[in-house]
Amino acid sequence: MKTEQADVIIVGGGIMGSATAFFLRQRGRSVILLERGLLGQQASGTNFGNVRRQGRFLPQLPLANRSLDIWRRLPQLIGEDVEFLPSGHIRVCYGQERVGLLEEYAQAARAYGLDLELFAGERMRARFPFLGPEVGAASYSPLDGHANPRLAAPAFGRAAARNGAQIFENTEVETITKQGDDFLVSASDGRIFKAPALLVAAGAWADKLCLQFDEPVDLVARGPQMGVTEPVPYGLKTVVGVTSARDEEILYFRQIPRGNIIFGGGGRGPAYPDLRRAYVMPQNTLNQLRQLQRLAPALANLNLIRVWSGIESYMPDDLPVMGPSARVSGLHYAFGFCGHGFQLGPGVGDVMAELIDTGRTTTPIEPFLISRFAKQKSERTRSAQAGLDQILLNVEE
Amino acid sequence: MAQPRVVIVGAGPAGVRCAEQFVKAGLRPTVIDEGRRDGGQIYRRQPENFKRPYSALYGSEAERAESLHRSFDALHAAVDYRPETLAWNISEGRIHLLSGGRASSLAYDILVLCTGATDRLMPLKGWQFAGTYSLGAAQVALKSQACSVGREVVFLGSGPLLYLVASQYIKAGAKVAAVLDTSSFKQQLSALPKLMARPSLLKKGMSLVAAIRRAGVPLENGVTPLEIIGDPERGVQALSYRQANGEIVNVSCDAVAMGYHLRAETQLADLARCEFAFDQTSRQWLPQTDTDGRSSVPGVYLAGDGVRILGADGAENAGRLAALAALADYGHTVMDAELAALRKQQLAMERFRRGLLQAFPWPAQQAASLPDEAIVCRCECITAGELRRVVCDMGAIEANRAKAFSRVGMGRCQGRYCGHAGAEVIAAAAAIPIAEVGRLRAQAPVKPLPFNLVEDAS
Amino acid sequence: MNAKNSRFVRLGETGREKIGFLINQRPAEALQGDTLMVAILNNTDHLRQSEFGDGKRSGFCLMGACQDCWVWTAAGGRLRACSTLVSEGMEISTRQPELTWPNLA
Repeated sequence: MKTEQADVIIVGGGIMGSATAFFLRQRGRSVILLERGLLGQQASGTNFGNVRRQGRFLPQLPLANRSLDIWRRLPQLIGEDVEFLPSGHIRVCYGQERVGLLEEYAQAARAYGLDLELFAGERMRARFPFLGPEVGAASYSPLDGHANPRLAAPAFGRAAARNGAQIFENTEVETITKQGDDFLVSASDGRIFKAPALLVAAGAWADKLCLQFDEPVDLVARGPQMGVTEPVPYGLKTVVGVTSARDEEILYFRQIPRGNIIFGGGGRGPAYPDLRRAYVMPQNTLNQLRQLQRLAPALANLNLIRVWSGIESYMPDDLPVMGPSARVSGLHYAFGFCGHGFQLGPGVGDVMAELIDTGRTTTPIEPFLISRFAKQKSERTRSAQAGLDQILLNVEE
Repeated sequence: MAQPRVVIVGAGPAGVRCAEQFVKAGLRPTVIDEGRRDGGQIYRRQPENFKRPYSALYGSEAERAESLHRSFDALHAAVDYRPETLAWNISEGRIHLLSGGRASSLAYDILVLCTGATDRLMPLKGWQFAGTYSLGAAQVALKSQACSVGREVVFLGSGPLLYLVASQYIKAGAKVAAVLDTSSFKQQLSALPKLMARPSLLKKGMSLVAAIRRAGVPLENGVTPLEIIGDPERGVQALSYRQANGEIVNVSCDAVAMGYHLRAETQLADLARCEFAFDQTSRQWLPQTDTDGRSSVPGVYLAGDGVRILGADGAENAGRLAALAALADYGHTVMDAELAALRKQQLAMERFRRGLLQAFPWPAQQAASLPDEAIVCRCECITAGELRRVVCDMGAIEANRAKAFSRVGMGRCQGRYCGHAGAEVIAAAAAIPIAEVGRLRAQAPVKPLPFNLVEDAS
Repeated sequence: MNAKNSRFVRLGETGREKIGFLINQRPAEALQGDTLMVAILNNTDHLRQSEFGDGKRSGFCLMGACQDCWVWTAAGGRLRACSTLVSEGMEISTRQPELTWPNLA
């Protein structure tokens, strides 16, 4: 069988893989993307659709800013509208406990080019009159917004394909080996693909590949708990999210112009990557309905018409894995976005393309390097060893 | 041996006979019924203060209907009956309920889903206009509320229900403008041998046809529906169709009652994670069961029209069989002779079912000829053209993928009325076999849940 | 008994107790045992407007499956007309209310 060759092979067709394929083509690099199912079927297609910068780990903001720039010009860039709406986003808290946190974050974020405005009391009620009486403060990010997750990754993929990327859906990767400078990827249908650069963008299934390349990660797959209401007149134009120390209170919702209100949060549910299934637990749905009425009492009159879940991948430090492999040259990673990757997708694609094409990127991604786990592990081993040495010393004494 | 906790969903023919069988075995099943009264759809009971006798309501089925109702009346004390209760989800051995605005859940050891069926619809340009109803709807209006759905009704579609409801309307004094069957005489004749598996039913069907003709109501076969003519303000005004001989006719009316036999209600079986298989005969996906009603999930049994459309008699048998299977699985002694008799009867029901599907086929080919501007998804107002676009331009050739891109199936009814036709449109546009399109995956809640529900403290 | 533009037609069972209720704040009459859908459609020709511009809707399946017959109460609540019995004094709106919220400022 003939071997397909390209500059880069991407394993995984979620938004990370699809966007990277698109931007690599922009840079004139040949690309083969291999997706086991259909583009954007997993976390990329089932998430909340938040396009938000506020609330992120501060060092992630440069990446998020770069991504937002792309969201803004997406229709011109990829020739399709994925319904990005710069509606503004508010992060609210109940009571006064976390107002200080919101203020601190707003101050620190300014340095990263994220301008937030805090609302409280009468000002908040006037500006966001739908908020429930328990809400103590709202941090407003006027330029953030939301988009349609079902459309985004497939749209990137189609744009990449129109520009000459080879996108293979329904193609399961069976083995990957490195032979000299090249990666050889074999698919279950017998086809072989070859490239000097490989990007693992396989979401909740990436850990198997990491293990193979001797860079194990502790990946946990979880299912977002999502729901949507019947369509109602369009009046809640800001995306709303709760910050809280209690998981069950962390809800978020957005209304689309058609009228449906999409929501999620309150904790994650079980996901089964081997079965490619994830479930919404009924108790979570009931909790969400209760919490949403606290957040916006006007929702009390509405009907929930559907719930869904998906398979997201989480890292122990709540940060993604992004960047070059620490062990294998030509190998790169972009996965494990811990349920907050959708907004980053276009930016990740752009950065990974830059990295793979030129060997470096202008956007800082040090906190996301896979090498951090090995470092952390060796630190733990060292300190464990030190502890053990101390014990032995004590014994000897 | 501890008594298994038995939950039955549905109080139509299957659910009632199923409950009866468990009670006979000394158990006390819980019967969840979304309706206000037992009876399901075909034997739907009128409100308590209505006076029409059984003969007026159920015609030739009066005896069976009355027997079913009396049986359930007698069971009341022996079962835990929960009317006006929606089962909205199944998860981890519990069934989740909503009743009177209160949410609760029940653990079960044995779950029997007897969820019945709805009409099966093929969209028609203009079917979104006010005054368009399913055949079942027209029947409910008459049977349960003594109303006609319009001043002048056209009955359109195929299947025994078409003739039954039309003749009921005529008998009740409603104005029926026409009865239009998309199946041809040839198709009906070809099915006669199979239909002979239940000669009394065949005879009843033929007498309905005769009654309609005697009343002077135009009755035509082999028609091709073209359009429901109307407008957003006044609703239905006329139905346009092509006769078997090719002539185009417009019939004036203010209501169209349409339907093509039935489709199984399978959402709960799907949520219970039962395996489904594509049934070529009826061109629909159905949950898999063995001959007695065991699903692919231990402890979950399926009976009645929610599994395969065998009609009310078949549903009663299936309800009994499923109960016996569950009892046997739980270690109860079950009479082999009883099982054998029921299984034998079901064979005749199955043969008749295949005959009906042959005589009154689902008009799959209409999907390809739907004009682009015809609405496929009534809830979301998505046209055939929009659906075809996601198939052809975006490669969405699978039902859930097409839903994600086009919104067909995203509405309140979750694809009950657009799912089958939507799949046919996709299959035609993609030139692939219908089975390859797959089926819309069920998602909770099975029906809309109010936000302001109250949770049971327990 | 039937209003001029009513959609449904009563064929019998008319000897039942009368019930008064409101449709869009106008008085209407129904009979005890009517579902809300039957009550409304014996007074007018529709239950609601489609959200997506295709006009009046008047229900479809009458058996709680299609979800096309949801109407609003004057208080802003939701009722599925085919599976709810009409009761004395019910206040029904066939027009979708805007989302409203109390002014907590």
